[in-house]
Amino acid sequence: MSKVLVFIEQRNGIIKKASFEAARVAADIAGKTGSEVEAVCIGDEVESLEKAGNFSVPAVTHIKNKDFANYSSSAYASALAEHAQGASATVVVFANTSMAKEFSPLVAANLDAGLAMDATAYQVDSTSFIVTRPVYAGKALIDVKITSPVKVLTLRPNVFNPGEPSDLKAAVTVKEVTNADLRSKVIETKKAEGKLDVAEADKIVSGGRGLKGPEHFTLIEELAEELGAAVGASRAVVDAGWRSHSEQVGQTGKTVSPNLYIAVAISGAIQHLAGMRSSKYIVAINKDKDAPIFQVADYGIVGDAFEIVPELIKEIKKIK
Amino acid sequence: MKIVVCVSHVPDTATRINVSGDGKNIDSTGVTYIVNPYDEFAIEEALKHKEKSGGETYVVSLGGDANKETIKKALAMGIDNGILLKDDSYRDSLSVAKALAAEIKSIGADLVFFGKQSVDYDSSAVGQLTAELLGMPLISVVVDLSVEGSKVTAEREIEGGKEVIETTLPCVITTQKGLNEPRYASLKGIMAAKKKIIEEKPALAVANYVELLQMKRPPAKEAGKIVGTDVSAVPELVRLLREEAKVI
Repeated sequence: MSKVLVFIEQRNGIIKKASFEAARVAADIAGKTGSEVEAVCIGDEVESLEKAGNFSVPAVTHIKNKDFANYSSSAYASALAEHAQGASATVVVFANTSMAKEFSPLVAANLDAGLAMDATAYQVDSTSFIVTRPVYAGKALIDVKITSPVKVLTLRPNVFNPGEPSDLKAAVTVKEVTNADLRSKVIETKKAEGKLDVAEADKIVSGGRGLKGPEHFTLIEELAEELGAAVGASRAVVDAGWRSHSEQVGQTGKTVSPNLYIAVAISGAIQHLAGMRSSKYIVAINKDKDAPIFQVADYGIVGDAFEIVPELIKEIKKIK
Repeated sequence: MKIVVCVSHVPDTATRINVSGDGKNIDSTGVTYIVNPYDEFAIEEALKHKEKSGGETYVVSLGGDANKETIKKALAMGIDNGILLKDDSYRDSLSVAKALAAEIKSIGADLVFFGKQSVDYDSSAVGQLTAELLGMPLISVVVDLSVEGSKVTAEREIEGGKEVIETTLPCVITTQKGLNEPRYASLKGIMAAKKKIIEEKPALAVANYVELLQMKRPPAKEAGKIVGTDVSAVPELVRLLREEAKVI
């Protein structure tokens, strides 16, 4: 029987949430193609791997080595490719995180597999494997058909609903490996202290040039904190040096699809809209009623951000 | 030391994208093409590395004749040699990588740069695929890089921070905004580039594993509602977010 593998990503021994979205998709693909599904985690000590079962994946292989505690693109790619080959896997699924974006193509090249990155939909049966993915930062979509015997697929985080977890626990098999290909290795991780990243956040509050100066981003930060949201920024304010590039949303920044995106004093240049238009709910606050941001917003307030945002913070505090 | 930069030729990010008549590509009427923005950081880093440690630089691009514009821009910035791997047809990421890897191997590169993704197909995969095909280690989305002898240390962006990675030459690096400030081509550079000959050869023919069925516009978003035009609209906005959207 052919096999669908899903990569379970851990950092510091903790599984990433997006991996469970991928698990559910992998199980679905296995069902539709008459295959078995198996999760694969690479790491040293990892917590709660049996949880893959909650998301319809009954078996987990934990590829274990003390050198796998930290990510290494070369070590992870060769370990996963070797396992995929041994298991005669026909599909390998990843969540499209920073880690998987880097090493999933290494796995694909190693397996001579066709790959589709950052998928937002799929249509799969035993004869055809079609994937939809955004291109031009979401200004267009393409449907592609992967025709190679082995296929690698990465899924945009936050798009596929992992659904309610069941009580099912996966059987975890530990596979100790002795040699790790450590040609490249992480020697240090620098955390941006206490900050949520726009690429992972479920809510984002972004500010634009209409805020007039970097000091006024305190308003954005305050609103974001109240909502438990990440802070984003338009290209104009990043180019002006007000905010770091890691916060930039748009075609040359990050493409995001949170449940809630609040654009404050952002007019909505085409490259910005491209990066956030797939958000589930978009709120726009802008003085200019003709600003293009209102064309993609679900809810808009035409008004001065300096008046609206403090009021919004106050109202949100009330309901908490 | 041989340093290779792979570049792509893409529509300007300010471009409105319309789908062409055959439903498989964009309508290029009136579209301005530019050097892929992330590739400019790759070109700059190659030039900086040559200035520091010497060597010979190459720019390689796969595509049609139009890609010569992008190659010329890299030459004008100071890259020594330009190579166009000609192919006008659609290619998937892996078949692009196979053609690039074959060329890079024949050059005998020690250090290879890519932009972290091209802003047309956005796969963010060709650099990594090429690295694996070449058997070289890879570091992607790099915002800080140091090469001392054969030791390479790079910082790359990840969710909520950065990670520092060590590897050795030869290797492949994909570049992210923040790594450097790409230089403008000087007049002297532009004149010198005019004298440089771009070497043209057919791209290695390989099968595609990923077939493009169709390109389409994303579903149009329904126009939303303007909740109000001053602070008095805020309570209603909060109510909508809570009761209708259920996001707060």
